Amino acid sequence: MVDVLQRSTPAEPSADLLEETALAPLRRTGPGYYLLILVLLGLVGLGAYAYSIQLRRGLAVTGMAATADKVMWGLYITNFVFFIGISHAGTLISAMLRISKAGWRTPITRMAEFITVVALLVGALFPIFDLGRPDRMLNVIEYGRWPSPILWDFFAISTYLVGSVLYLYLPLIPDLATCRDRLAGSLSRRKAWFYRTLSLGWTGSSEQKRNLAAALGVMMIVIIFVAVSVHTVVSWIFAMTLRTGWNTAVFGIYFVAGAIFSGIATLIIVMAVLRRAYHLERYITVRQFVNLGYLLAALAMIMLYFNVSELVTAGYKLEGSAPIYLGQIFTGSFAPMYWFYIFAGLLLPGLVMLFRRTRTIMVVVITAILVDVSMWLERFIIVVASLRVPQMPYPDPARYFPTWIELAISGGSLALFALLIAIFVKVFPVLSIWEIREHEETLLAPTALSVPAPIGRPSVADVIGP
Amino acid sequence: MPISRRDLLKGAGAAAATLSLLPDPALAHGEEMEGDTHGAESESQRVRRWVMVIDLRACDGCVGLGVPPQCTQGCNWARFVPEGQQWIEVYALEQGHLEGIGSHFMPAPCMQCQNAPCVNVCPVGATFHAPEGTVLIDQERCIGCRLCMAACPYDRRFFNWGEPVQPPQVRSAPYDVLTQVPAIEGTVMKCDFCTDRMSAGGLPTCVEMCPRGAIYVGDLEEGIATNGRRMASMESLMSENGVGRYKEELGTEPRVYYIPGHGQDAATDGGASEAFAGWESPGGGLMKDRLEWPWRRITDELAKLEAIPAASEAAMGDG
Repeated sequence: MVDVLQRSTPAEPSADLLEETALAPLRRTGPGYYLLILVLLGLVGLGAYAYSIQLRRGLAVTGMAATADKVMWGLYITNFVFFIGISHAGTLISAMLRISKAGWRTPITRMAEFITVVALLVGALFPIFDLGRPDRMLNVIEYGRWPSPILWDFFAISTYLVGSVLYLYLPLIPDLATCRDRLAGSLSRRKAWFYRTLSLGWTGSSEQKRNLAAALGVMMIVIIFVAVSVHTVVSWIFAMTLRTGWNTAVFGIYFVAGAIFSGIATLIIVMAVLRRAYHLERYITVRQFVNLGYLLAALAMIMLYFNVSELVTAGYKLEGSAPIYLGQIFTGSFAPMYWFYIFAGLLLPGLVMLFRRTRTIMVVVITAILVDVSMWLERFIIVVASLRVPQMPYPDPARYFPTWIELAISGGSLALFALLIAIFVKVFPVLSIWEIREHEETLLAPTALSVPAPIGRPSVADVIGP
Repeated sequence: MPISRRDLLKGAGAAAATLSLLPDPALAHGEEMEGDTHGAESESQRVRRWVMVIDLRACDGCVGLGVPPQCTQGCNWARFVPEGQQWIEVYALEQGHLEGIGSHFMPAPCMQCQNAPCVNVCPVGATFHAPEGTVLIDQERCIGCRLCMAACPYDRRFFNWGEPVQPPQVRSAPYDVLTQVPAIEGTVMKCDFCTDRMSAGGLPTCVEMCPRGAIYVGDLEEGIATNGRRMASMESLMSENGVGRYKEELGTEPRVYYIPGHGQDAATDGGASEAFAGWESPGGGLMKDRLEWPWRRITDELAKLEAIPAASEAAMGDG
């Protein structure tokens, strides 16, 4: 209640302020923004250049080629799993919070939803980067075979992309109408047409609101099933093989949990950046950070539990190549990454949320960055450490070092991720205006009923009561 | 058109079966017929079911002869195997991965699994079972995702990371799915049991090249096998002590069987001392580092030969 009160203290201008804040990025663009776009474009360009070299000379330019066919997947597949993972930021978190009617979600759902779409778009590029014959990509449609996990992924991810775009778009409609109406004077003809067309003639009538609520009600359920299926089938690319480290039933749920975990972390980081850049402090408060921090801590504990479950059951029996696999992650060449993941990625988020003193925005954001780094390392370990386990009796496991081409393509893709977000916030309102407003109204409603309600927004006295 | 290619394979298999030498179909008990063989069809349409039986008693990894493994070398030469790939690779097992035996060498071709993980996971059906049970790859359809390589528990699949180096005549040949020639960049390759040679009545190169006669290739349908020197009934080979398949517990149902041993039969024909000296060194003294893929050299030499007339013409022009 407290921060609701704080928020509505300047009583009257609240609604306008909300619109002002949400539409400000669409109205004004500073030089810093163009500089950022330039830097990001440069990085994307570097990635594109690297990919053009790879297209010319084949995958021979990657570090995978130097492993005698042993480590046949590397950074690209790691990034694929990572980006598809953070795509769960969005949709899943926003859908879960929407279902549970968590009011504090309203200022962050928009961000969560577009992170999903952008992460999916970028993530889906990586299997293409990894293909030996990208020119034959469409064979997957022409000759696709259902028994192949790649086909499951292809359909799950494309369904998820369509679903997330819809799920992003539906709650955007009222806000697009706001853009259409409020920005009317300042828009070029093309932009005005853009908002007019996309807002589908939204007037805010009660029938439209009912329809929107019904559509959202269906989508938020459907999208959860789709999101869970997506990361399950991503894990099944690995779990459907007989390799030590991959051949485990825990992989589906482990990947889903990891996806939500890294998704929350990414959302926290994006929230922090946009909050600072577009002065959203009034709407995105310490409350959002701390609540997401709690979710992060909960997911960290779940991840820890999966780690223990998986490694204890494998480590107790030490079947087949398990000693080699466990050796390389516990004490071998992957140990620094693995222990970083365990301590900074899983234990730290749990720890910092225990103490009032560390439940601050700064600490939560730093933790989220560490979580994202560790989750990327975890994906890397999953892909490469398993592939390094010798399946045949040869003495020295292959060593995989990514080349600059792989690094440039990966970095370029991360820049593309940031670039798409940066472009998004200039085209669409970064806050879900109507949801925030609706939430504020429901919070104020009960008291408004008990007191003869004034038309317009209730005053502080109405909220507190006599 | 891959479909017609497959029909062709069926035709080839049937033709080979009609030419069968021994009428008596001695059997391999317990061998599951797979779905795509035509078990119910009449005898004239019987389809070969190729298997290999590798007698590890006779295999010393060619250590005793002081040469690199000849099965691998022969395969490289005959199949124009791209540099670095070993479609049949000889491993030295220190503790013995097959039960009840000591150190030994193990040549590992593609196991041509009946429940093949690679075939199961291929998204585009580029790797498939031929009617004779061998696993082939259509490199004109393969998209290079390498999931089959991740799925293969025997590391028996190889990727053309860059433009494969092969002699120019090979590069310019029309693609043939049976010989995997020419190799195609960005696609997967592997041992195919020399299906083309066998359909024509020949033997796989590794069988022909093995100086110890350790590798038998056989037909479960006929119940016979040969190492190129002598014929043996599948029944007699399979009744040797401890015959087994590698990683049987995975359920991949390989078509390659091993007769346990540690090269004892090879050692008796002269190379004993060298062979045993090899035990001491890492890798059991295998000379895999001396294997050659001469394609780069041949390509360079041919380029030089082509350059000669041009150079002399140029010289004549000057004069």
